[in-house]
Amino acid sequence: MKIAVLTKAIPSYESSIRVDSSGSWIDESIVNYVVNESDSYALEEALQIKESSSEGSEVVVVSLGSEVNTSKVIKDGLAKGADRGIFIKNESSTTDPLTVAKIFADNLKSENFDLILSGLQSDDMGSGQTGVLIGELLEMSTATLAIETKVEGDKIKVKRELESGWFQWVTLPFPASISIQSGINEPRYPSLKGIMGAKRKELNTLESSSESQKQSFVNLYVPKNEKVTEKIEGDADTIVAKLMDILKNKLKVI
Amino acid sequence: MVLVVLENQRGKIHPFSLEAVAAGQKFANEFNCDLYILCLGEKVDELKSQAKNFKASKLISAKNDLIDMYSADGYSKVLSDVISELSPKYVLVGHSYMVRDFLPRVSAKLSIPFVSDIISVDFNSGNPHFSKQVFNAKLATSIEISSDQALLSFQSAAFSSDDIEGGAPGSVEEFNVQLSDSDIKSNSEPEFQESSSGVDLTTAELILSVGRGIESEDNLPMMQSLADALGAEVASSRPVVDMGWLPPYRQVGSSGQVVSPKLYFSCGVSGAIQHVVGMKGSKNVLAINKDEDAPIFEIADYAVIGDVLEIVPKLTEEINNSK
Repeated sequence: MKIAVLTKAIPSYESSIRVDSSGSWIDESIVNYVVNESDSYALEEALQIKESSSEGSEVVVVSLGSEVNTSKVIKDGLAKGADRGIFIKNESSTTDPLTVAKIFADNLKSENFDLILSGLQSDDMGSGQTGVLIGELLEMSTATLAIETKVEGDKIKVKRELESGWFQWVTLPFPASISIQSGINEPRYPSLKGIMGAKRKELNTLESSSESQKQSFVNLYVPKNEKVTEKIEGDADTIVAKLMDILKNKLKVI
Repeated sequence: MVLVVLENQRGKIHPFSLEAVAAGQKFANEFNCDLYILCLGEKVDELKSQAKNFKASKLISAKNDLIDMYSADGYSKVLSDVISELSPKYVLVGHSYMVRDFLPRVSAKLSIPFVSDIISVDFNSGNPHFSKQVFNAKLATSIEISSDQALLSFQSAAFSSDDIEGGAPGSVEEFNVQLSDSDIKSNSEPEFQESSSGVDLTTAELILSVGRGIESEDNLPMMQSLADALGAEVASSRPVVDMGWLPPYRQVGSSGQVVSPKLYFSCGVSGAIQHVVGMKGSKNVLAINKDEDAPIFEIADYAVIGDVLEIVPKLTEEINNSK
C-alpha cells in the first residue's frame, strides 16, 4: 500500500493574525506556522493503515507552500514515521483550490498512490476542496469527513460524518482520496529516534507547474462586528460584579 | 441563467438549499436572467413537489435508480452533465456536508471554479465579489472570479429562506439522466444516527459552552458547577470532544447540534466558523475569552476579556450566594 498524506503549514491557533501593509495577505513575520490540525489526524490514520498492511507499504508526506513555512511541517511528518517527503514549492499563498489541486495532481500522478489522505480542510483558507479535487483529477474514488476507516482487501470502508449526528458507511475501491475529520484517532508524538532519523529520510523538492487561476483575492479584511457588543474588562472581581448585574437584571436568568 | 441545486434531508428540502433558492431568486433579479431549480437524486419527487411553490423559470428533476441513494460518483456525474447541457452562469447550493463531498468533483471535471462557504455577496454592478471567512474567521476576504461560470456554496444564514418569493415554476422538465453501473465506483449504505444520551441541546433555554480555553479536563467540574448554578446544559466546541473531555452529543456546530437558546454562555471557546454556525441563532451570547481577537466576540452581546479559570469559580459562588 502506497499512501500519500497531504499536510499544510498554517498559522497556529494562538498566532495573532494581522493584515499586512499590502492589504492582500497577512503579516507572516508575527505568525508561528504549524501543521494544520486535521492533517495531523490524516497522517496518524495513514501510519496506522501502513502498520497493519503488508511489508513494503509506505507513507509519503506531501506539502505545498513556501519553503520557510513548510519545511518544518514535512520534517514533523518524517519524524512521526512517514517514510519520505515531497515538497512542492509554491510561493503564492493565494493560489485557488482548483489550481492547487492541479499542481498536486501533476506532481503526484507518476507516483500512482493507492490512497491519498488529507485533512478535511485547512484552518487558513478553509475551502475544504483539495482532497476531492485531486481525487477527481487523478480518477480516484473519493470520500470526505471520514471518522473511521477499514481496509478490506482491494477496498476501503469509510464511516462518513454527516450533519446533526448522522453517519454513513461508504465502501470505495482503490485508488481513493479521502479527507479525514479531526478526532478520528490519537495522533502520536515524534520520538527522539524519529526526530534523529528524519534527517536521513528522502525529501524531494518539486516545482509548481504554472496554471492560470480563476479565483483571486480582492482584499483581506477584519470582519465588521454587526452586533453591538458590550466589552467587559477589569480584574476578576469587577468582571464578576458586572456579570451578576447582566445575568440578573438584563438577561433575567438568575 | 442561474441554477440552484436542491438537496434532500430525510424527505424534505435541506434548510441550506432553501437559503440557496432565496439566493437564486436574488441573483436572477440582479442579473435579470432565468432561474432554474434542479431536484437531484434522493427523494426527487418529494423535493419536486415542495419546489413547485417557488417562483422560478424552470423546475428540473434528474431521477435515476443509480442515484436514489447519494453517491459522490453519481451526483457529480449527473450534475456535470446538467451543467454541460444548460450552461448556467452560476450554480448555487448550500454549503452542506453533501455539497462538500461531491461538488469539488464537478469543479475538477468541468474546470469551473468553486467558491465555497460564502457569507455574503456584493453584486458590484455585474462583477460580483464573494466574501468568505478565512483564518478561522479571524479575517474575511472577498473573491473575484475570472471565468464565465462558477460554482458557489453559501454558509447557512448568508441568505434567508424567509425571503423566498412564492409562486410556481414557468415550466417543469425532466432531465434525461445518462448513468451506467460503471459510473458508480463506490457503494453507499443508508444513513444512520448513533444513540445519544437523550440530551437535546436544541430545546435548552440556557447553554454553558466550553472550549479548549478551559485548558484541561480537570477544569470540567468547575464548569459543571457554574452550569448547575445557572440551570444550564453543558455544551462544547469540537476540540473538547476530539480530546475526549466530553461526549459527541454535547457538541454544538456544523457536525454537532444547532442551538438557539435564550442565553449562550461560552467559556474559552474561540468561535471557529464550524462552531459559530451551530449557535449564531442564540438570542444572547455572553463570551469569556482571554484573547481579545477571538472571533466569538464578533457575535457576542457581552464580551468578557479575561481568564475563564479565575472568573468562573467566583461567579458560581456569587450566583449560589444570591439564591
